[in-house]
Amino acid sequence: MIEKTIAELSAGLAAGEFSSRELTDAYLQRIATLDSKLNSFVTVTADAARAQADAADAARRAGNTSRLLGVPFAHKDIFCTAGVRTSCGSKMLDSFVAPYDATVVRKLKEAGLVTLGKTNMDEFAMGSSNETSYYGPVRNPWNLDTVPGGSSGGSAAAVAARLTPGATGTDTGGSIRQPAALVGITGLKPTYGRVSRYGMIAFASSLDQGGPMAQTAEDCALLLGAMAGFDERDSTSLDEPVPDYTAELNQPLKGLRIGLPKEYFGEGLDAGTAACVEAAIAEYKKLGAEVKEISLPNSGLSVPVYYIIAPAEASSNLSRYDGVRFGHRCENPKDLLDLYSRSRGEGFGAEVKRRILIGTYALSAGYYDAYYLKAQKIRRLIAEDFKRAFEEVDVILGPTSPSPAFRIGEKSDDPVSMYLNDIYTIAINLAGLPAMSLPCGFVNGLPVGLQLIGNYFAEGRLLNAAHQYQQVTDWHSRAPAL
Amino acid sequence: MSLGSEEVKKIAHLARIAIDDANIPAYATNLNNILALVEQMNAVDTSSVEPMAHPLNVSQRLREDRVTEPNQRELFQGLAPKTEAGLYLVPKVIE
Repeated sequence: MIEKTIAELSAGLAAGEFSSRELTDAYLQRIATLDSKLNSFVTVTADAARAQADAADAARRAGNTSRLLGVPFAHKDIFCTAGVRTSCGSKMLDSFVAPYDATVVRKLKEAGLVTLGKTNMDEFAMGSSNETSYYGPVRNPWNLDTVPGGSSGGSAAAVAARLTPGATGTDTGGSIRQPAALVGITGLKPTYGRVSRYGMIAFASSLDQGGPMAQTAEDCALLLGAMAGFDERDSTSLDEPVPDYTAELNQPLKGLRIGLPKEYFGEGLDAGTAACVEAAIAEYKKLGAEVKEISLPNSGLSVPVYYIIAPAEASSNLSRYDGVRFGHRCENPKDLLDLYSRSRGEGFGAEVKRRILIGTYALSAGYYDAYYLKAQKIRRLIAEDFKRAFEEVDVILGPTSPSPAFRIGEKSDDPVSMYLNDIYTIAINLAGLPAMSLPCGFVNGLPVGLQLIGNYFAEGRLLNAAHQYQQVTDWHSRAPAL
Repeated sequence: MSLGSEEVKKIAHLARIAIDDANIPAYATNLNNILALVEQMNAVDTSSVEPMAHPLNVSQRLREDRVTEPNQRELFQGLAPKTEAGLYLVPKVIE
């Protein structure tokens, strides 16, 4: 039963093959047995999960037929969960019990999902390997010596290891797609503004976006339908109707115009990864898609631009952690400055500090024009590259990550080499576009991710293209032996 | 340009982050590597480009000014390291 997708579990629950309580107990048992190998959960809420499962079973007996009712699920520990610790992977919030639910958490609860717990992540979502977490690294279930990617590494590893059928992630520069690629699952970063950021702990507010992670595109379609929508509590939420994403899944791909950005297939791309992506392109041609080369000439600048914009916004957002109203406070502060400086010095890890320092520097008097303003201008050039491309094609296709999972510790001392993992994902956040990663093969036993990028609000099209590919391939149904 | 130890200390002070002196050189090295990466931006002429603050160029939404949130002071102060009589306590600021 634990191998099933959300759509299959939903059908099984509806047919009475098993109850939500049985399902929930099975996943909790699996987490208890296997997660010591992976460290994918920071908090397991077993008692609450069983109570939610019993409530879901009762609701079903009373006639509730919601498709997600009673399906177990997990939240990245960046989403506030009322009454449950919300750590964001940081010592700073180690004892923070959220006083309210994030909008995403509330909506998925209302849809009937059962929360198994909170998943591990890079501290404040800053990382591409899940090594910056205060709670220790997460291990990739395909090879325990390698990273699962990040920052949503706990969610990714848990779904891949079938410890949960689905989980939330957040994506500021690739944090849903890159871990989805490295562990062989499907993950979707929606259009900026599609999913509410209320109660999702802020990293870089003009880039952050929450989204679903699961085995298949069909599951992501079900989850996104429940997560998306306007929220007056998020000032950048967009008031666009939410379509039924599952309705578009079965459309044939004949005539779909796919663009291959030449910049995504050049130097720096691992040969094995390239071969898997080429094989996926051949599948799409068989499905009737038309493929053409395109160019995103400014995409090489996305990493430099991102490492100004994201740290600048982070330095502002993270100024709220001052040791006064919540979060870590140092012992015996001698004055207010000492209280601030030592609380922050002790509460934040090295990568978070680095990014706050870079952001503080970039925004400081005399440097604003040279760094932040310059980055915002190039950000527009990057977005315009995509705008031009989408005049010619419907979907852009390429690799998600330049190589499969790397070894734990391999890049942790070299921030710049770590940042270059996100070379194919960051431009999408800068432009605010939707994109997803889906499994498309293996290199030396490690999964490879295929990235599909769509135009604004074209999540339905992406999910359709991914679902059709998953009808003719089985990479998404491969699970690691644990 | 390259940041030296004194500049890193100054930035750390602006950011209100205490860093041990022993760790300053390592931070300086990492920050300089990041700034070297960022320098690539200078190769682009952006003199006629408008900065982009929001991916969809949407402006801030306005709403009617009305009370929507209930008072939850006790719940919120329950999270604070130190409070007294409904106030957040910090070290004495004025002598």
